[in-house]
Amino acid sequence: MKYFNLVWSALFRRKSRTLFTLLSVLAAFLLFGLLDSVRTAFANAGHSVAGASRLITISKVSFTLELPKSLYMKIQTVPGVAEATYANWFGGIYQDPKNFFANEAVPSNFFDLYPEFHLSADELRDFQQTRTGAVVGASLAKRFHWKIGDQIPLQATIFPQKNGSNTWTFNLVGIYHVANPSERQQEDALFFHWQYFDEARAFGNGKVGWYIEKIGDPKDADRVAQAIDAIAANSDHETKTQSEDAFQASFVSQFADIGLIVGSIMGAVFFTLILLTGNTMAQAVRERIPELAILKTIGFSNRSVLAMVLAESVLLLAIGGAVGLALAELVVSIIRARLGAVPMLPVGVEIWLQGLGLMALIGLLVGVLPARRGMRLRIVDALAGR
Amino acid sequence: MSPLVEIRNLSKVYVRGKQKLEVLHHVNLDIAQGDFLALMGPSGSGKTTLLNLIGGLDSPTEGTLTVAGQRIDRLGQSDLARWRAGHVGFVFQFYNLLPMLSAAKNVELPLLLTKLPAAKRRSHAAVALELVGLADRAAHKPGELSGGQQQRVAIARAIVSDPTLLVCDEPTGDLDRQSAVEVLTLLQRLNRDHGKTIVMVTHDPKAAEYATHTLHLDKGTLVETAEAPAQAAS
Repeated sequence: MKYFNLVWSALFRRKSRTLFTLLSVLAAFLLFGLLDSVRTAFANAGHSVAGASRLITISKVSFTLELPKSLYMKIQTVPGVAEATYANWFGGIYQDPKNFFANEAVPSNFFDLYPEFHLSADELRDFQQTRTGAVVGASLAKRFHWKIGDQIPLQATIFPQKNGSNTWTFNLVGIYHVANPSERQQEDALFFHWQYFDEARAFGNGKVGWYIEKIGDPKDADRVAQAIDAIAANSDHETKTQSEDAFQASFVSQFADIGLIVGSIMGAVFFTLILLTGNTMAQAVRERIPELAILKTIGFSNRSVLAMVLAESVLLLAIGGAVGLALAELVVSIIRARLGAVPMLPVGVEIWLQGLGLMALIGLLVGVLPARRGMRLRIVDALAGR
Repeated sequence: MSPLVEIRNLSKVYVRGKQKLEVLHHVNLDIAQGDFLALMGPSGSGKTTLLNLIGGLDSPTEGTLTVAGQRIDRLGQSDLARWRAGHVGFVFQFYNLLPMLSAAKNVELPLLLTKLPAAKRRSHAAVALELVGLADRAAHKPGELSGGQQQRVAIARAIVSDPTLLVCDEPTGDLDRQSAVEVLTLLQRLNRDHGKTIVMVTHDPKAAEYATHTLHLDKGTLVETAEAPAQAAS
């Protein structure tokens, strides 16, 4: 610690060069924070609390094809199915298309299958008893400053009403919370009554988008899935049942391999950063050879010189990286507050830990050669300018 | 009483590619505690090499070198570094101060290797700067000081840890006459009033006059002169 002043002074010996290098490190870690926030959001989209204890049944032909509601009773009778529910994608818009968020029509038992959505007993009762009632996640409510009792008009993009109107107005009766921060993107949704939806919509009546089944024993998942799919086998509405995890993962993979894209971009960014900071450190040490020789003359050991150059390199990465990640955290929170349902998770502990690890690793990597040079210099040669 | 520095049969050979260059040839020399020795000689005579060996910056090819009873020719690199930190202060022609540190911080550098707490380190550095007459320049960086002042800061750095020996390589070589006189007077005061043993390499006969003894080197060998026949050990 007593060498910190020495390391700090050496780092800012050439202020403009250090500043530009810091800006490069900052930009790299800002990008890392933003992209990893996206990657984590997509990666977590494939996870659910219940895992294989919840199954999803969709049309075997396409996710967008609806299934007859008549399947509901039959699915409930399949051995191993503890409870079942269903949902329809509504695709409504609130005020402006850019205000996108998920909105689905669900029956009143929907929340029984999603215990991770915390809704008070009063709010749940109000939802069950209010025909035009809707429940929204806390993040969504915060984004649009909604409170219980508000009326929320949604413009239909798929389902007009029988009376020709595209405006569906819902009464906000409940706001649910998701406790797990990494699952909090699930708070960006609105749920309303399927019964109201089905009676009022102009077409597609008596059909549901997908079924959700809670199974008693996750070990029975395969058998139960096969039994559900057997119900509609050889019909014009054959089904495909899979775990919720698998369903979400395959849904996400329709977009792209986000992990690979993010990994490739970050690989290129950090490779460039290594070359850039490596060059800076090499220059910095080359310029300071006589000074390092003086330190060794005074009695600083080879190991001390090695440690000081490495510390300087890690400090360079740590300052730029920490500011970059802090900025990423700020930018992500602003984007989430402004746009709401974007596939970005807050820059949390996991990303910070990864970032700090990268800072230390890159710092050591780019510092090791200049540090070795400083450690191995011969005092008499360095002082003589050889 | 045994001398502070005892050099016997000291040789130094540099190997440059296939060439071997003998810079010092079987040098014998005693330097008593409290001496102020000036080493003179033409360029390439081996003055700086001998000074580097005495200061523990380099190791001899042959011979023995004992300082304050300790054979330093046998020490490895890390032991030599520790020994230098505790026993030697260095003053160079081009001051060699760290440009990004203030005068006080430069002077404090050798104390970072001790176990002294920060407050003690600061007070020791202040005393050393006071001794060289630069207490009012403690916060200045080297670039804000004149050459003579920088050399006085370098001297303060050399004495701050109270070393056994001061080795000075052309300490006035880069200074104007007035500054050179100030620096030499300071070295003389450190020798006379504080008992510091000083070995100084110089080209300048006027600078050598400040020393208590002068020795001449020529082609790696000590040459006995009229002024200083007694120093070269027989």
